[in-house]
Amino acid sequence: MGPGFDEMRADTATVREHYLGYDRWLAQQPGDAMRMRREEAEVIFRRVGITFAVYGAKDDGSGSERLIPFDLIPRVIPAHEWNEMERGLRQRVTALNRFIHDVYHEQEIVKAGIVPAEQITRNAQYRPEMKGVAVVGGVYSHIAGIDIVRAANADGSGTYYVLEDNLRVPSGVSYMLENRKMMMRLFPELFSQHRVAPVAHYPDLLLETLRSVAPTAVNEPTVVVLTPGMFNSAYFEHAFLAQQMGIELVEGQDLYVKDNFVYMRTTQGPKRVDVIYRRVDDDFLDPKAFRSDSTLGCAGLLDVYRAGNIALSNAIGTGVADDKSIYPYVPKMIEFYLGEKPILNNVPTYQCRKPEDLAYVLDNLAKLVVKEVHGAGGYGMLVGPASTRQEIEDFRAAVIADPERYIAQPTLSLSTCPTFIESGIAPRHIDLRPFVLSGKTVQMVPGGLTRVALKEGSLVVNSSQGGGTKDTWVLEA
Amino acid sequence: MLSRTADHLFWMARYMERAENTARMLDVNYQMSLLPQSVEAAEKGWKGLLSISELSGDYAKRHGAVTPRGVMDYMVGDPKNGSSIRSCLMAARENARAVRGTLTTEVWETQNQTWLEFQRMVATNAFERTPSDAFEWVKFRSHLSRGVTVGTMLQDEAFHFLRIGSFLERADNTARLLDVKFHAVETEFFGAGLGPRMGQSQRAGGQVQSLGGMTQSQGFAAAEAAAEGSAAANGNGNGNGRDIEYDFYHWSAILRSVSGFEVYRKVYRNVIRPEKVAELLILRADMPRSLAACMQEVMSNLHFVANEQSKDTLRLAGRLRADLQYGRIDEILATGLHAFLTQFLERVNTLGVGISRDFLVPVAA
Repeated sequence: MGPGFDEMRADTATVREHYLGYDRWLAQQPGDAMRMRREEAEVIFRRVGITFAVYGAKDDGSGSERLIPFDLIPRVIPAHEWNEMERGLRQRVTALNRFIHDVYHEQEIVKAGIVPAEQITRNAQYRPEMKGVAVVGGVYSHIAGIDIVRAANADGSGTYYVLEDNLRVPSGVSYMLENRKMMMRLFPELFSQHRVAPVAHYPDLLLETLRSVAPTAVNEPTVVVLTPGMFNSAYFEHAFLAQQMGIELVEGQDLYVKDNFVYMRTTQGPKRVDVIYRRVDDDFLDPKAFRSDSTLGCAGLLDVYRAGNIALSNAIGTGVADDKSIYPYVPKMIEFYLGEKPILNNVPTYQCRKPEDLAYVLDNLAKLVVKEVHGAGGYGMLVGPASTRQEIEDFRAAVIADPERYIAQPTLSLSTCPTFIESGIAPRHIDLRPFVLSGKTVQMVPGGLTRVALKEGSLVVNSSQGGGTKDTWVLEA
Repeated sequence: MLSRTADHLFWMARYMERAENTARMLDVNYQMSLLPQSVEAAEKGWKGLLSISELSGDYAKRHGAVTPRGVMDYMVGDPKNGSSIRSCLMAARENARAVRGTLTTEVWETQNQTWLEFQRMVATNAFERTPSDAFEWVKFRSHLSRGVTVGTMLQDEAFHFLRIGSFLERADNTARLLDVKFHAVETEFFGAGLGPRMGQSQRAGGQVQSLGGMTQSQGFAAAEAAAEGSAAANGNGNGNGRDIEYDFYHWSAILRSVSGFEVYRKVYRNVIRPEKVAELLILRADMPRSLAACMQEVMSNLHFVANEQSKDTLRLAGRLRADLQYGRIDEILATGLHAFLTQFLERVNTLGVGISRDFLVPVAA
């Protein structure tokens, strides 16, 4: 690993231009001000009930609901960087949607020899049920969350990389919105001194997107949010988005299928539903078609969907395009479908399924990050430089036993951002998840959710593993 | 509106109202226990409190003898008691959380804040150090909850189901309070055939989840000392408590528990007489906690949400309200108050079942 890249400071003496205003303000804050503001923020988050549920924790009415730690120091992105990133995100998500459509139709990309057929058909997320199904506008992933990191180069500069595409049910957007609200409440003066691009219109864009993918025969579509229920870790977000859009938050038990349409049970009798923004995984959507033990879905939903009488956001089967085994092909997809050079970088990736890559990976385990292709949430991975000899050897055995299950990437030196911790302000590693909405058009709000690894030196930003969040500022030019 | 959503709203309001009524009854009993009275009279008060909530059996099984501290612990913080303030506040909050998107931010935050503060109060032994202040706090959180609802929510179905929940629960609670308190003094017009309350449907119930154990270490020292002190002083006294002074405190306590003491004076400008207390709490439509006022509210809110299958439920509600609107207290007392209240509670229960069937958990797909 080379020298680090800090978002705020070029070196100990120099603050980067887009952080100058914030740095000046910070220097003027009296000693205890930040600590007091942080306590204030915690009280407000508790009262508002912005919590996530912890799986496996005993429910005693409060103990299983945790706050995601919120850091007071914003992550600032200058306008020119965001503009470039936004172009890259539009390009990437458009290509990914084209890919999913292709997978379930002609598979031109396979015929062209770019993606091997077995990478698709043997993928656990491939849904043969979707073959030939017409989806409105040919768009599958209406809500995509693309994880981006900035890594330090040897010369001290930084480069953005896409770490992961989340095309199924990406979460976190509610924290993006609540973090901004909190910052404006705690530090109004900062917003009068900076031109921070607003994000509060996200629910409007989301609703517009959802309405635009309704079955074409419907004029005034009824849109609902489908949640697994209040014990789901992201329940706050489901309820929040439904409320912000002014639509019903339904559970599987509220829905039923009759005469090939989906209805919800209301106090005034059955009401037809046209678009479901579902926050339930494919496997649980329809006990008749997928997991029969699921109580979270609606029996018969798949048939209605295939008949074109309901829209699902995201579509069924998007997972085929977002796991780590498909990731290495995304730059080529962009060239294949759009005839453009990729704007955003992929992290160089070794596919252990290829013998020459496997040999390299096994020789360099101590330097690499090795990931399970279907893993998520920071589980099932080896961070070579941070692991013990024993952990490395255990992983080596696992990779040799089943090479197809693994990919490896160089250990990136993730950028850091000053973070307010117990002992004061210290650099911590961060990432960024912008949200891309694709309906009739592709839209997004500037920025995204910045996650921060609160443990010193840690690279794992997932909230399930002690990560926190920051407000993300895109400064208008 | 989703039926499930309406169900959560209805129960959120009911549990909040139930928490308030539990606090009201505990407060009055606690205040009474500070007055000089016989051991029997004091015990009768605490027993009455348990029997209002149909909890005598459960209490006896788990705690044995009825003591002020035992009943207070049981009714304030016992997670296994579905009618304890703790269980009610938690259930109200959990129901609110399930439909937080339907509530205004203010309504949700009020419910959430109430539950968070309650836990803090329990942790600092607030209900043992200053019981009356703590009960007052519960009452005011309930006032706030209703006020925020009226002050911020669109008057749509969600609002009406909240209101129906509040007033159905209140009607039930006021009727139970009257029944038990009139029973306690065995007034001549209470009616024959006393003893265990018969024929009543189970107290409507439960979405309450059981919580982890919670102990209260401090006792209600003041209440117990007062009870012991008066026992010593009145050792040879009139144990059945039928003197005028006792009656005054008894009836005024009932009135106070429904914020009706000052109202009574204003309405009747007279000494406190049982039949007038009954009239005020049953028939006066302008008394906000009376049966007539509650049924008036239930009826008018039901009208707004009526659907194709709710005709019969509306008819039941309308008839119940009419009986109260055109009823006379002498007639009610002539047939026996206990019989009247028992029948009223049955009818309220039937109404609740009807509302549930027609709106909240429709059976047919």
